[in-house]
Amino acid sequence: MTTATRPKGSVGAATTRVEGRDKVTGAARYAADIPFTELAHGWLVLSTIARGRISSVETGPVLEMPGVLAVLHHGSEAPRVSTDYAGLLGKPDPTAGVFQHDRVPHVGWPVALVVAETSEQAKEAAEALVVTYEEEPHDVAFSAARVDDEAEGAAPDTVEKGDLAAELAASAVVLDAEYTTPEEHHSMMEPHAATAHWDGGRLTVVDSNQGSTWVASELAEMFSLDQDSVRVISEHVGGGFGSKGVRVHQVAAVMAATVLQRPVRVVLTRRQMFSLTGYRSPTAQRVRLGADADGRLRALAHSSLSLTSQVHEFVESSAGFGRTMYDADAHHTVNHVIPLDVPSPTWMRAPGQAPGSFALESAIDELAEKCGLDPIELRARNEPETGPFSGLPFAARNLLGCFSEGARRFGWADRDPRPGVRRDGRWLLGTGTASSSYHAGVGPSTAAVTAEADGTFTVRITAADIGTGARTALTLIAADALETTPDRVRVRIGDSDFGQAFIAGGSLGTRSWAWAIMAAATELRELLLPGAVIPPEGVTARSDTAAAIATLPPKERHTYGAQFAEVAVDPGTGEVRVRRMLGIFSAGRIVNPLTARNQFVGGMVWGLSMALHEEAIRDQASGGHVGADMAGYHIAGNADIPLIEADWIEDADPDDPVGINGIGEIGIVGTAAAIANAVWHATGVRHRDLPIRPDRVLRAGTGAVDA
Amino acid sequence: MKEFGYQRVHDVPGAVALLGADPDARFLGGGTNLVDLMKTGVERPARLVDVRELPLDDIESTPDGGLRIGATVTNSDLAAHPEVRRSYPALSQAVLAGASGQLRNMATVGGNLLQRTRCGYFADVTKPCNKRAPGSGCPAIEGEHHNHAILGAGDHCVAVHPSDMGVGLAAFDAVVHYETADGPGELPFSEFYLPVGDTPHLETALPAGALITGVSLPPAQVAAHSRYRKVRERASYAFAIGSVAAALDVSDGVVREVRLAFGAVASRPWRARRAEEVLTGAPADAETFAAAADAELAAARPLPHNAYKVDLMRNLVVAELTRLTEEVAR
Repeated sequence: MTTATRPKGSVGAATTRVEGRDKVTGAARYAADIPFTELAHGWLVLSTIARGRISSVETGPVLEMPGVLAVLHHGSEAPRVSTDYAGLLGKPDPTAGVFQHDRVPHVGWPVALVVAETSEQAKEAAEALVVTYEEEPHDVAFSAARVDDEAEGAAPDTVEKGDLAAELAASAVVLDAEYTTPEEHHSMMEPHAATAHWDGGRLTVVDSNQGSTWVASELAEMFSLDQDSVRVISEHVGGGFGSKGVRVHQVAAVMAATVLQRPVRVVLTRRQMFSLTGYRSPTAQRVRLGADADGRLRALAHSSLSLTSQVHEFVESSAGFGRTMYDADAHHTVNHVIPLDVPSPTWMRAPGQAPGSFALESAIDELAEKCGLDPIELRARNEPETGPFSGLPFAARNLLGCFSEGARRFGWADRDPRPGVRRDGRWLLGTGTASSSYHAGVGPSTAAVTAEADGTFTVRITAADIGTGARTALTLIAADALETTPDRVRVRIGDSDFGQAFIAGGSLGTRSWAWAIMAAATELRELLLPGAVIPPEGVTARSDTAAAIATLPPKERHTYGAQFAEVAVDPGTGEVRVRRMLGIFSAGRIVNPLTARNQFVGGMVWGLSMALHEEAIRDQASGGHVGADMAGYHIAGNADIPLIEADWIEDADPDDPVGINGIGEIGIVGTAAAIANAVWHATGVRHRDLPIRPDRVLRAGTGAVDA
Repeated sequence: MKEFGYQRVHDVPGAVALLGADPDARFLGGGTNLVDLMKTGVERPARLVDVRELPLDDIESTPDGGLRIGATVTNSDLAAHPEVRRSYPALSQAVLAGASGQLRNMATVGGNLLQRTRCGYFADVTKPCNKRAPGSGCPAIEGEHHNHAILGAGDHCVAVHPSDMGVGLAAFDAVVHYETADGPGELPFSEFYLPVGDTPHLETALPAGALITGVSLPPAQVAAHSRYRKVRERASYAFAIGSVAAALDVSDGVVREVRLAFGAVASRPWRARRAEEVLTGAPADAETFAAAADAELAAARPLPHNAYKVDLMRNLVVAELTRLTEEVAR
């Protein structure tokens, strides 16, 4: 509980963001806000066909337009770049390697960059630029039936054990259900924006990203530059969610700055973001569960199909969710992917786990119904002792503690399990629950901590605060590690010159950076002799956690949670309203309760939005989106968001040197299933396709006895 | 974006004269739709004539007991007006069901009537659209149309009119007043929007260059007992997937007078006159309400992904008329 005793110190004390005042007063400058003299503006021109070749880019008339400085395209003076390398997270998406050839692999592929003195001039010229194409037939049709269209030689990501057919045949209760989730977009508030400029042979890019050394190293690879000659700065970031790595905007800005030898800014529009910044692939999933009459799982099979582009393979690993959640005698999970003429998908908040947990946690609920068991009890009967495949011990696994605390606070014990029997006027009422889990990883990082002559401390680490409160959390961690107070610690982040550090992604950031800061602070305290005078330049200690991380004993490391939702459904209109939500999480030591609660609740809002609203529609005829803007792509509005409570149980692994886990993703995991399970409890009808739109609810009808 | 001229006008004759017959000029009201369309390139006017300062921002009672609403009255002021709330509550509710507080503070009555469809194909200049580029085709019919028309549409366009306010005006027999260089004119609401036919790009019967000066509502006792109900895909800040404005006068269990209009089902706010015919003089019960809805929806020609709207509208009609009947009984 949050009320439990904790060691005295800054970690664990609710603390407002150290940069909060700057953000609410507008003093904080985001990437596109920072002024440069001689700044030129680039505007991307995107393909309007889904597949084919560019035949011509008619730059002549556009170059005559007011203020236009250059038009970069594959047949122009655009610098050569290479995307044939392996970066921090593997091979880059070649979409970022713009203007290198005439192939068009999807609608919204960048075909040119128009650079002008003002962004309005650049936009007008970009809209006037005539590009002609040799169009080829395209294929953007995604469905479960297309699993056979997997690329030749593809090796689906398969993890399996046991005889599935035999265990299903021997099961007293069997469930076989299909689920779909739609294409979903990150839609962070701040669009991607970068300004590139050369200064004395050194490239600087002012950007909005999730890891400045990551982006710097990728740009160095792409442009064949020394790592030291590229600096990337990203001080404030208005959301990332997996989308803000190396993208077209930085590469195009560097190209134009190189050609024009002046600073060039490229900002993506909301509509461009829909095709250039990644997204979550739609999924078509099938779950088969077999259990004994007492609910013990004998068989668990989960297969998922996702799509990727023709230029890059990204797999939405939805079937991975069950690999560490539940054990079964036969346990088969496989992720398939098919390439289509669409943009490249990417990591999006809780990649794999968000859609995968919707399917499996819905199926578990349905199995509980079939077994006549409470869904929490069913989960309790299937708690694994060790990793179902690894056999390793769990560093901490307090899923059932989350459920028991959540059930107590939500009032679960009073729940009537029968569906479709509660009414409030025109509304049918129901409650649902689901498990959450996310991998608790760590990545190598470096940090520098300086004891200043004035008695304060400066921490330098290439962390990224993408709105999570990371800067504040690291301040608290550093203060405790230095045995001082947070007001004497200045944490500087978002500058690749501070050295390599892991990205803000995969719920790895805070754990990775905290480790590096704690290591450097420990070293610094050893350097500081009692009574010694600190020189004007200060005393600095540096850390690199690569070696220490490699010695971590192998364990199953995950965070857990239990999600609860109550919904109201109007069967006459199909409207679904969430009335309340509760999430209880167990994620090690919570650094800053204020921003942590914000993370959990924000994730749960995302899950609600995923359950009821979010869906990008792809037009089969053109291959492009319909309604690629925030009016067409609905996210939950304030009126959709009810009272949401999030709390936690602290259960740090005593053997863990940091004791802190990331919490950026777990709030989303299981949320949509909890809501879908509640919709079933309200109406008696299972909804296995997201989002649970009014038309779907209306047409599915109701199994309610009195409706 | 394309450069454009901007002029603000302060009197109606000046506004009409300034716009003239220039097809590349547009009146600018609150800008809540036109400016968005300029950003996306759907509208590329050479000149904007800003009419927000025109002296058309009053709501006045008319001698016959109706209301005259000026064209530049904001949506917020219309919804909050005591006489609108008392005599035409469904109209106030309809306006408040639309957009957001910020948008309603800017949006004007005249502009609301002339707002364009939110069809995703119309809004995207890279795609065909008969409404935006006549003759280019309507990809919605074979493509994404789950929030498109079920009534009055055809082979050329299935877009719906997005206005909530217009549904209230349709129910209460509003009259649209306008001014042209040749003098004033008026159009009953039922004739204000043109049928889709094969000319979906021609949306209203306003003469070229006409400026909407206001809307009048005739007196109607039944309107005082009215409701607006909107169904959308999130709880606020979304366009309707179906809506109903309903007014009902019941005595001795019999419908004496009724007004019924639908939103998000057609290219214009849809007055449900066939349903009204069935209802008038009939028993005020759920069976009649459903029969009335069915009579109106018999003409529905749904597409594969919007057939749910037939059920939705039927359920909404029954629910809202039932609720109005229960209120009478209390």
